[in-house]
Parts: sequence; structure tokens; C-alpha cells
Amino acid sequence: MLIIMITPIVQMEPLSTMIEFLVRACLAGLGIAVIAGPLGCFVVWRRMAYFGDTLAHSALLGIALGIMLEVQLNIAVIICCILLALLLVTLQQNRNIATDTLLGILAHSTLSLGLVIVSLMDNIRIDLMGYLFGDLLAVNNVDLLWIYSGGILVIGLVCWLWRPLLSITIHEELARVEGIPVNTMRMVLMLLIAMVIAVAMKIVGVLLITSLLIIPAATARKLAASPEKMAIWASGLGCLAVILGIALSYYYNTPTGPSVVVAAGLLFILVTALPMKRSY
Amino acid sequence: MSVPLLQLTDINVCYADQPILQNVTLSISEKEIVTLIGPNGAGKTTLVRVVLGLLNPTSGTRQMRDGVTIGYMPQKVSVEPTLPLSVKHFLRLAKKEKATDISKVLQQVGIAHLVNQPVYGLSGGEMQRVLLARALLQKPNLLVLDEPVQGVDITGQRELYKLIAALRSELGCGVLMVSHDLHLVMAATDKVVCLNKHVCCSGHPEHVTNDPAYIALFGEQESEFAVYAHHHDHTHSTDGAVIHND
Repeated sequence: MLIIMITPIVQMEPLSTMIEFLVRACLAGLGIAVIAGPLGCFVVWRRMAYFGDTLAHSALLGIALGIMLEVQLNIAVIICCILLALLLVTLQQNRNIATDTLLGILAHSTLSLGLVIVSLMDNIRIDLMGYLFGDLLAVNNVDLLWIYSGGILVIGLVCWLWRPLLSITIHEELARVEGIPVNTMRMVLMLLIAMVIAVAMKIVGVLLITSLLIIPAATARKLAASPEKMAIWASGLGCLAVILGIALSYYYNTPTGPSVVVAAGLLFILVTALPMKRSY
Repeated sequence: MSVPLLQLTDINVCYADQPILQNVTLSISEKEIVTLIGPNGAGKTTLVRVVLGLLNPTSGTRQMRDGVTIGYMPQKVSVEPTLPLSVKHFLRLAKKEKATDISKVLQQVGIAHLVNQPVYGLSGGEMQRVLLARALLQKPNLLVLDEPVQGVDITGQRELYKLIAALRSELGCGVLMVSHDLHLVMAATDKVVCLNKHVCCSGHPEHVTNDPAYIALFGEQESEFAVYAHHHDHTHSTDGAVIHND
């Protein structure tokens, strides 16, 4: 039987444990913010926000199936996201349904299916709120290992494939004529987004992951003069949002995931209101 | 005559049993400018995709001479305003670029002054020149230009065609371009292929304009439209500077 820890109430823990929680939470959040920066930029440039949302929603189905079939949960989520992406590509052949309708159908039916399966497994206690909205303070060392090893892999791949990924984002046919394997690159991008969702899910929750991808990237647009700088700015702004969010959560005992998103949203408003002209 | 750069023989393309291209045969040789014209829905873009190797024809053969590199200029590239990208950066995405190459091709297409400009916000004519520069960075011996003058005003169109003809002599490459309007391209074209699912007629531009198949497709345009012309005492370079006619 598997028991998933219910959120500890920070104020009741001794100080040393509390600091340990906070340090782990910060490390996890910062790691995810750094990975989410460049990929969030691709989501914004390619107008994939709704696609990211759909993958994130399906992650809960991944969790439910992972628990049921006793598969490591991060792996279950990645597999589930990839299967969903493939399903989407297949269903897109059917021109009678617009892509956004299709995404809506998949997002909500996979999320609901996940919830239904979870409720049927009555011998298992699962912190549903934690998965839906995130629980930064429940992060353990295994999660940190996943975030950092997955993160290094994701960042490494993004740096290595930066030029072809950017090229297919601008014009696929031109990229293809110039010898870039466009379909492979598209799959790689999808896989990378699935990996970010898998490792970020525990931190901000399936319902809020897309915000961590798109809000810092959208904020970075005004500050950046090149795609690379925009990716770096997005990572930096994401880190700032994580720190502000954890601080908010710590001082006012608010839920951590939503606090981080609120901080990211406030940063967006602040930067948008800055009296400076976009140079590019 | 030497082996053509690219030879298409009896190309047929069907989508869901609808023929898009029927028995199209086309060849492009070194230093030859071939212009593809035809009404909307004639299969011009499909044929370009076959030429580029992006689409496998239902039947027919495509032979490319060994060592031929294609430089492709798409019909339209719109860069998202959310993507901060300078002209230099856009050109750097071409695979074989070097920093010196970039400034060289920008000079060739006459937009050296735009090197640090954001791609988003370029005018139609400027963007077409940037795309042409990107195609040139492939060091092509075959240039494929899909409606290279789209969204460019008449004066700009004439200049672009002049530029393409000049590049052909300078680089010695073959050129295949798609166009709506034969009259502006005429001077710069060696061979015109008139397409309407099949090749209606082809040959030297003056020959084609008198061909009954061409007239049936496009009508005798001269009788319906007249091009208004007036004399300018100066022209402008691409950066807007005035060049006086002497």
C-alpha cells in the first residue's frame, strides 16, 4: 500500500526541519524555473499554451495510472504526456474538429478520467490537492534528484538543439529545405515539455504548470533583444517568482503553488507597466 | 547541352483521387531562369514542393544532378511579434553561415543597413530581400523562389526581378520562380511554364504570350489593363537615399 504524505503544517515543525523544508522547496522551485524559462519561450513563440495545458491536465491521469500499475510516477507522467501528444497528432488528421476544440476535449476528459480512477482506488490515500495545485513544501530528496537530473538533460538538449528548434519555430518548410529533420525536432520539443510537466507537477500542480511556462516568458519579451536573452530572462524571472512565492507562502501561510503563480503574474504586470520601449 | 540541375519527368500528384498535377515535365539548367505562372489552384505551390523534395509525387521521377544545393525562398515568412529576432540573427539560422557571409549576402541583396533591425516590422520588400539573403547563404546552384514579389509594390517588384536576374549572372545558378504576372517578369525570364494542373504551354516568354493556351487562361491582358506610367527624375536605393537620374 502506498501512502502519500499529507502537507505538513510548517508552523508545527521544529525550526531546523522547517528550514530544511524551505531550502528544499527553494531548490526545487528554482530548478524548475530555470528549466521552464527556455521551454516557456517556445510555448509562447509557437502559440502552444493550450497544448501545454492539455498535456498538464493529462498528467493527473498519468499519476492515477502510475499508482494503479505501480510505475514510478514521473515516468508514468512522461509516458502519459507522450501518448496524449501522439493521440492529438492522429486526431488532428480529422479536419472536422478544430484543434482547440480537440485540445479542450482531451484536456478535460483526461483530467476527469484521472480523478475518477483516483476515486476508485479506495485503498490508497492520495493528496489530490497537492497534485492539482502543487505542494512545494512536500518536496523530498528523490524529487530534487528528478528535478536536477531531468533539468540538466532538458537544458542540455535545448542548448544543443537550439538552432534547429528555433528554425522550425519560424518556418517549418524552410527549415526542412535547409536539412533540418522537422518531425524529429517537433517530437523532441514535445518530449521536453512533457518532461518539464512531469518534474514540475509536484511543485505547482497540474492546473498551474502552464502558467510557470508562459508567464515568465511573456514577461521576458519586453526585456529581451534576442531569443537567447529572452530564454535567460524567462528563467531569471521564474526564479524571482519562485522566491517571492515561497516567501509569501511562508509569511502568510498561503498555498505555495498558487503563491508562486501570483508572484509571476505580479511581475508580469510590473514589467508591462514599466515605462520603457521594447527595442526589438 | 549539359545535364540539367533538376529534371522532373511525368509528375502526377493526387490528393484523395483529385488530380493536382498531371504529367508535368520540367527541367531547370544552369544559369537559366524558369518562371512558373498559372491561376490560383493551378498547382504551382504543389509543383514547388515537389521540386524542393518536400512532397513525393504520386508517380513520376525527380532527378537532381549530384552536388546541387537548393536555396529556397518561401512565399511568406511571418515572424511572431513575441519572438525578438534581428535580421542578422534570422540569417544565422541558415546552416552554413559565417559572419562574413552574412554581411556579403546582405550587400548582394542591397539591405546591409538592416542588419541589426528586428525582423518583426520590416516592410514587405525588405522582408523578401531578407528571405532572398537567407536562400543565398546556402550557396545554392538552384534558387527556388515562391512568389518572390508578394506584398511588394510595383516599383519594388521591378527592382526585385532585376536583382534576381543580376544574381543569376553573378552566381551562375539556375532559378525557378513562381509568379502571377508575366509582364513584369518577362525581361528577366528565359523560359516560362504556364501551369494549370498540366503544362499548358512553355517556352520563351514572347512565344508564350501569343500561345492560344496562354490567352485562353489569362486573356489578352493588354486590352483590359493598361499600366500607368509616369517619368521619375530620381530613384531610391533600398535604404531610401535618393539617386538622381543623369
